Amino acid sequence: MTMRQPAIVVLGLLVAFLVGPFVVIVAASLSAGDTLAFPPQGFSLRWVAKVFAEQSFRSSFALSMFLAVFATLAALVLGIPASYAMSRYSMPFAEAVRTVVSSPIIVPGIIVGLALLRYLVAPFGINVVVALFLAHTALVLPYCVRVVSASLDNLRSDVEEAAILLGSSRLGAFFRVVLPNIRNGVLAAFILGFVTSFDQVPVSLFLSGPGVQTLPIDMLGYMERTYDPSVAALSSLLAFLSIGIMFVAERFIGFSRYV
Amino acid sequence: MSDSAYLSLEQLKLAYGKTVAVDRLDLAIKQGELIALLGPSGCGKTTTMRAIAGLLAPVSGHIHLDSRDITRVAANKRSVGLVFQSYALFPHLAVFENVAFGLRLKGMRGKELEDRVQSGLKTVGLSSFASRKPGELSGGQQQRVALARSMVMEPKVLLLDEPLSNLDARLRLEMRAELQRVQKETGVTMIFVTHDQAEALALADRIVVMLNGTIEQIGAPEEIYNRPNSAFVADFVGFENVFRVRAGELDTETGRFALGGAIPREAQGLAWRPSMVELGGGPFEGSVRGMSFAGGTRQYLLDTPLGPIKVEASAHLPTHALGAAVRFDLPVSIAAPLQRFG
Repeated sequence: MTMRQPAIVVLGLLVAFLVGPFVVIVAASLSAGDTLAFPPQGFSLRWVAKVFAEQSFRSSFALSMFLAVFATLAALVLGIPASYAMSRYSMPFAEAVRTVVSSPIIVPGIIVGLALLRYLVAPFGINVVVALFLAHTALVLPYCVRVVSASLDNLRSDVEEAAILLGSSRLGAFFRVVLPNIRNGVLAAFILGFVTSFDQVPVSLFLSGPGVQTLPIDMLGYMERTYDPSVAALSSLLAFLSIGIMFVAERFIGFSRYV
Repeated sequence: MSDSAYLSLEQLKLAYGKTVAVDRLDLAIKQGELIALLGPSGCGKTTTMRAIAGLLAPVSGHIHLDSRDITRVAANKRSVGLVFQSYALFPHLAVFENVAFGLRLKGMRGKELEDRVQSGLKTVGLSSFASRKPGELSGGQQQRVALARSMVMEPKVLLLDEPLSNLDARLRLEMRAELQRVQKETGVTMIFVTHDQAEALALADRIVVMLNGTIEQIGAPEEIYNRPNSAFVADFVGFENVFRVRAGELDTETGRFALGGAIPREAQGLAWRPSMVELGGGPFEGSVRGMSFAGGTRQYLLDTPLGPIKVEASAHLPTHALGAAVRFDLPVSIAAPLQRFG
């Protein structure tokens, strides 16, 4: 009983801490004033409208969406077989391989970005979008491997053997039995990968070039040039988008069970 | 190999990496037989079964099925069915689709498929469960789906891995009868793996007792039960008093003991069930260390010069109190002579 009230207070503070910035940003984005300010001056939707009118936001949003979708798909195409191999076959240095596959998580993004720029883009003159795609794929891969591996570890390998004894090939058993049963894990990995890629700043910072910018980099640059509430409006829109995605993901696949 | 062998294993050697699990195994099985592979865990029985299924490639030796060498034939081309201990149903597919899985791969469609699956489900009494998901079924029902899924493929050999071990006692009896019925109705050659001797004795036409990757004894249930040929098999089927024999005498850790009758010349050991020990008279004396009442009988544990002896006596006879001295006899005439000891 004595612990109850302090616990509620701490919980309340925690919620305020997490939700507070979101409330501030949403309020600031609805301001009628010309500069980013809280509390907002008046009420208007003009900064929300400006977000949609701003050409640079539209093209960087498109690039970020493209990267998030295709880099994550590429990471899944690589990551699912890798996870499968790690979960089903005992390999030499299995632990070392696991560590390597998840290494970008522990290397600061700044370093990864710099290394890619210095050793991939600069010497070989690789197209910036291609470089971004490769970098994001590499960044997202560990998340995909982790989530998919967890799903695979929960699926007993004897269902595959059962499929094989019923006449299926090894590959057929993978597509007919393994993949359908880890489907939710794959979807969860996709969402996690998508969000990770979309939200990526440090790696993209080095690889963005003139005219080619991901949305977070574009927002960073915009704020340096112009201090109006449209960045707040854009942030609010993105926050609502991700709340929507999480809600749908939780509703249909029980996202929180996989991540 | 005899001509009547339908499935034969010849000099089979199986290993996981460097660990040899089964060595120089020979076994011939006739068409339509119901065989039990019986042994403690780690004896190689499951490994042998996986090799027959094609899930484990032998290091050396051969497997013949229906006059064809299948040693190098892939698991999906062997016509061997396997009911897994965990059932291994496909969780994402309804019961109907689980049973239809292999038939669809064979290219079967439409009415023919529908009929085959329905008759398969009917055989195991699950016709009304076709649209359920495996997760909604009890363990016994899941097992019957797994059985139907294998049986509709009309395999040449059906393997079952510990088919009764995950079921409760009542279901176990039911499933035992079910397996026998399916086997008799279809005439399929069936091999099941078990560590439970009662299960093997009750179900099998022949029992293959395995230990440490080799066969200890092959025989009909009565033969295994009454005439075990090794100390291990004897102990496994309930001959709890097992002695080594040397120069016509029992050779125990505490010395040599002559018996009342002549010991068969070839016997390396002799074994008695607790019920075979005669209490109340005879050349030996022991003291009662433990006694438990078991309905129709009383079980005693005696401390004797030969070592501990287990005795089962009718509950009608007078009780021997703890610590009491009792005379007893180990009659040679009814003992099981063991051809191998250790």
